[in-house]
Amino acid sequence: MTTSQAAALTLRRGLASVRSVRTEGFPLIPICIIVGFALLAIFADAIAPYDPQIGVLGDRFRPPAWQTGGSMAHSLGTDHLGRDVFSRLIFGARVSLVVSFTAVIVAGFLGTTLGILAGYLGGWVDQVIMRITDTWLALPALTFAIFLAAVVGPSATNIVIILAAVFWTRYARVIRGEVLSLRERDFVRLAIVAGCSKRTIMRRHILPNVLNSAIVLGTLYLGVVIVTEATLSYLGVGVPPPQPAWGLMLADGKKGMMAGYWWLTVLPGLCIMLMVLAANLLGDWLRVKLDPQLRQL
Amino acid sequence: MKRYIARRILYSMISLFLLSVTIFLFVRVTGDPAVLLVEPGASQADLTEVRKQLGLDRSLWVQYLSFAGDLLRGDFGKSFYYRSPVLEIYMDRLPYSLMLAGAAMFFSLLLGIPSGIIAAVRVNGWWDSGGKMFALLGLSMPSFWVGLLMILFFSVYLGWLPSSGSGTVLHMVMPAIALGWFFAAAHMRLTRSSMLEVLGSEYVKLARLKGLSEALVIGKHAFKNALIPVLTLAGINLVIMVNVAVVVETVFAWPGVGRLLFEGISFRDFPIVQATVILGGAMIIVVSLIVDILYAVIDPRIRYDR
Repeated sequence: MTTSQAAALTLRRGLASVRSVRTEGFPLIPICIIVGFALLAIFADAIAPYDPQIGVLGDRFRPPAWQTGGSMAHSLGTDHLGRDVFSRLIFGARVSLVVSFTAVIVAGFLGTTLGILAGYLGGWVDQVIMRITDTWLALPALTFAIFLAAVVGPSATNIVIILAAVFWTRYARVIRGEVLSLRERDFVRLAIVAGCSKRTIMRRHILPNVLNSAIVLGTLYLGVVIVTEATLSYLGVGVPPPQPAWGLMLADGKKGMMAGYWWLTVLPGLCIMLMVLAANLLGDWLRVKLDPQLRQL
Repeated sequence: MKRYIARRILYSMISLFLLSVTIFLFVRVTGDPAVLLVEPGASQADLTEVRKQLGLDRSLWVQYLSFAGDLLRGDFGKSFYYRSPVLEIYMDRLPYSLMLAGAAMFFSLLLGIPSGIIAAVRVNGWWDSGGKMFALLGLSMPSFWVGLLMILFFSVYLGWLPSSGSGTVLHMVMPAIALGWFFAAAHMRLTRSSMLEVLGSEYVKLARLKGLSEALVIGKHAFKNALIPVLTLAGINLVIMVNVAVVVETVFAWPGVGRLLFEGISFRDFPIVQATVILGGAMIIVVSLIVDILYAVIDPRIRYDR
């Protein structure tokens, strides 16, 4: 066991537990949740009844419609500035999804590329990439992300870069392991004998064979990335206000919590949880479908 | 064995070195370090002064050497806000973090080990399925949200527990649960799989053949051996808990190192942010080295692993 493995162990054990949940059958509900949130995010302007950034101070802390004092004008209530919670949740989906998906894809691209290079080329390239991977994996994702946010300053683009910088190591380690065993397979050896360049072998023969794993890892880490993004926003180093991110809404919600304004705390968290739950279930199903080898990861 | 330990120590040294390089480079390359290392609201003259002090006009190599030298001497700079050496502040806060992590660990093991054993003994029973659901929820609910929900329920509605601060045991209950929640799920799953492995082994079969009661087989023969990997993981997790508690400590205003990191970002007190990250990473690297060595000493099979 190396340092990096030790540090990543908790997460991996946790993910392993998600993976062991039974996943026969098509994951209809998770896909519905993700597509639902995606549609909300895409058509946010058309669906949301109010501007998420502008509130009416006279309408502060209105409860949801079904509670006494609530009205259909603000179906899920309003926050401390009188902004409509329903609208903010919808626009929050946009921020959360765009940031997390982009970060997962950028991290996946980086990690897969470096993992293939390390695994196939070996030697000092491998040593350099893997020592960096080990070291970065030893830093808890959240602490590392907070540090980077403090250095480069928070903005939506920077958060994507930060999350990608923190999470590419997770791909690199797994992909490298797979490449090590692929390298010994006959079709790769034949390609070498046939005179393919290293570049061609990596692109034509190795990459297609690790792509499934990369996709599965991406889906499984999507949940973790969403939580990290929300946490950064909650701590005030994520997407800057007044943009409506779910984590920011939770931070704002604390202002009304002691007075019992539960909807400001419960609803954004519920959105995060649903999204992460869906990503985890989908990732698990994909793993069984696409990549049986990853099962004992 | 000596070779394995020597190699592990070497790798850890490299990791510590790369950690310092990483932090150093991110600070110097991604922006103007003088802006980060000078107090917010400082004048242009102050900035020039700091640039000179840090020797930012010198080559990166020279700068790194002085940076690493400071770290090795335990000099992490001075906090802008507290006006005292960062290392001192960190060490003042660390006991609180360890206390919280200890309580969270206690909670996670108390919940994780028994439920993991029951899940393993009754595989695919309702308890096992319930455990899977619990593990799934544990992973999908952000720990700070669990904390916020608990405050809402136990402090605001019921008024049973204090919502924030420290001082009494009651103050620790909710932060410990919020922090331990995720780990309880992890420990439960590991206990379950480890227990299943042991229950399938030869010596458990023999114990059953001898006619021992099921309670004795599970309680005496299987349980002890199944616990080894769980406790190893728990050792590493304790250090990880100290370092991921930042958001839980912020929610509950718990005065540990996580809260210190949050104060560092809120007050734009960069020396604190930098020190917390370096010390946290170093702690994890060193503790996993110790655990690995202990493990190799206890279990000789490990040595052949890579």
